[in-house]
Amino acid sequence: MNNLSLWEEIVTQTQMRWPEVLEATFVHIQLVFFSMVMAVILGVFLGILITRVPSLVPVVLGGTGIMQTIPSLAVLGFMIPIFGIGVKTGIAALFLYSLLPIVRNTYTGIKDVDKATLEAAKGMGMTSKMILFKVELPLSVPIIMAGIRTAAVINVGNATLAAFIGAGGLGDFIFLGITRGIDGLIFLGAIPAAILAIILEFSFNKFERWSTPEGLK
Amino acid sequence: MLKFENVSKVYKDGFKAVDSVSFEIPEGELVVLIGPSGSGKSTTMKMINRMIPHTTGTISINGKDVTKLNAAELRRDIGYVIQQIGLFPHYTIAKNIAIVPQLKGWDEQDIKARVKELLEMVDLDPEVFSNRYPKELSGGQQQRVGVARALASNPSIILMDEPFGALDPITREQLQGELISLQQKLKKTIVFVTHDMDEALKLGDRIAIMKDGNLVQLDTPEKLLHEPAFGFVEEFIGKHRILQNPELMSVQDVMAEKVLTALPSRSPEKSLAMMRKQRKTMLIVVDEKDKMLGIVSAYELIKKMDEIKSIEEIMLTSEPFLTGSQSAKDAIIMMETASQGIVPVVDEANKVIGLVTRGTLLSALSSQWTELEAESDE
Repeated sequence: MNNLSLWEEIVTQTQMRWPEVLEATFVHIQLVFFSMVMAVILGVFLGILITRVPSLVPVVLGGTGIMQTIPSLAVLGFMIPIFGIGVKTGIAALFLYSLLPIVRNTYTGIKDVDKATLEAAKGMGMTSKMILFKVELPLSVPIIMAGIRTAAVINVGNATLAAFIGAGGLGDFIFLGITRGIDGLIFLGAIPAAILAIILEFSFNKFERWSTPEGLK
Repeated sequence: MLKFENVSKVYKDGFKAVDSVSFEIPEGELVVLIGPSGSGKSTTMKMINRMIPHTTGTISINGKDVTKLNAAELRRDIGYVIQQIGLFPHYTIAKNIAIVPQLKGWDEQDIKARVKELLEMVDLDPEVFSNRYPKELSGGQQQRVGVARALASNPSIILMDEPFGALDPITREQLQGELISLQQKLKKTIVFVTHDMDEALKLGDRIAIMKDGNLVQLDTPEKLLHEPAFGFVEEFIGKHRILQNPELMSVQDVMAEKVLTALPSRSPEKSLAMMRKQRKTMLIVVDEKDKMLGIVSAYELIKKMDEIKSIEEIMLTSEPFLTGSQSAKDAIIMMETASQGIVPVVDEANKVIGLVTRGTLLSALSSQWTELEAESDE
């Protein structure tokens, strides 16, 4: 009985609000996309940097680690004084939150490259730049990609919270559903978010396999 | 030519890994660096291509100080083979071999031809292996590729850091043999690090024994075995290794030192009496200074007893003889041509120092077997 009414609720809410859902999904994707692009760029950079400057390892891994231990809602809150309310704040917070898995995996990926391979590379006269781009990065691609995938999937979930600071996205419906006590509305936000996460996971898996160098598979 | 002049490696904590080492390796020579772990042998080798920078002294290749050259470019001109092989797992075999030629900016066509040539050289079918990845190859095959890779741009110097150390004994032996025949063809200057004395003796034109960062002795395998410099060298080589292989055994290990000699003027009667007393069938004729003149057999002596006045008349002067620096293997071979069944051994001054017979050979070679068996029984 209850289930039926919940189902009916979802159906009516969808009929009523589907253009809004589409729009929110689009905003949601934007939040995830832009925060991830930034996180990948900075995360991979930081990951490489700390393999070259070992003294920075505790600072960078510690810093991004602390970021992750702060509840995501709190991170969003911290951003308000800096960026105010809105999409920018959401992206900034999600970006910070996604850094750790990417930095850590880039770092471990490069660190785990076989020492013998590196010695051979150096011994054959490859410069340190060549070694990074021709050996270390290609060989750590699977691990870096796994870090990005983890970050992206978590990011889709966290992005729903961005609604609390006025960034919009699918969290709006969840937020609205909770305050108004309409379960169907919560699902209206949660289901597309879950589907988004599943699609991301799936396509990253594909991409990971595709981008892994032949010979490592 | 590769030259070390008072080269040292001192680490920040004061540890002297290599202590004022000097030596020269002429072009085309294979020198094996050997020593216990921590002896500085690998460090010495890796200072050549600056994988480890040396602290003092000069390392030069054909007169050029290696520190004056660009490190990466220097390494492209020196082949490098390591124990863990270190093929790029994401490169095909062909691409792995092509790395240095590519770095040196060779033409694609030239690289392709060179890769094919090298694969054939190390006994891998280019058709089969070019497009495979390292993980599809066995350890032995991978190291063949490792060797091919080091040879790719035809460097005159090749460094090999225990290249066969991680391979199973059969594959190791195979690759050692192949390296020997490759080296006969290519005549590279090779610095080969190992801790395996058998490998060193087998491969080295000369062997450098290192201990605690010092070069203890640098000599040919034969010289090393016959005249090990210090107690350490002898101990390190292993006494019964010297005895194991007739090729590496000195003729002096298989000869009898008690030799019956006589002056050429001696009468046949006296000679025969002496031989009877000593229970010898052979007599070596020497001059006043103990220099060998020829040999006389008891059989001939008895037969011609009445016809001659001195043994000089029947001594055989063109019989084969050995010098003290030759090996037991030489003695075995020469024994085949010795009509009298004996081969005298002389020193540099042609002085008789011993005598090899089938009997002395057999007893020397069999005694080490019994010694070895006794040891392994313990």
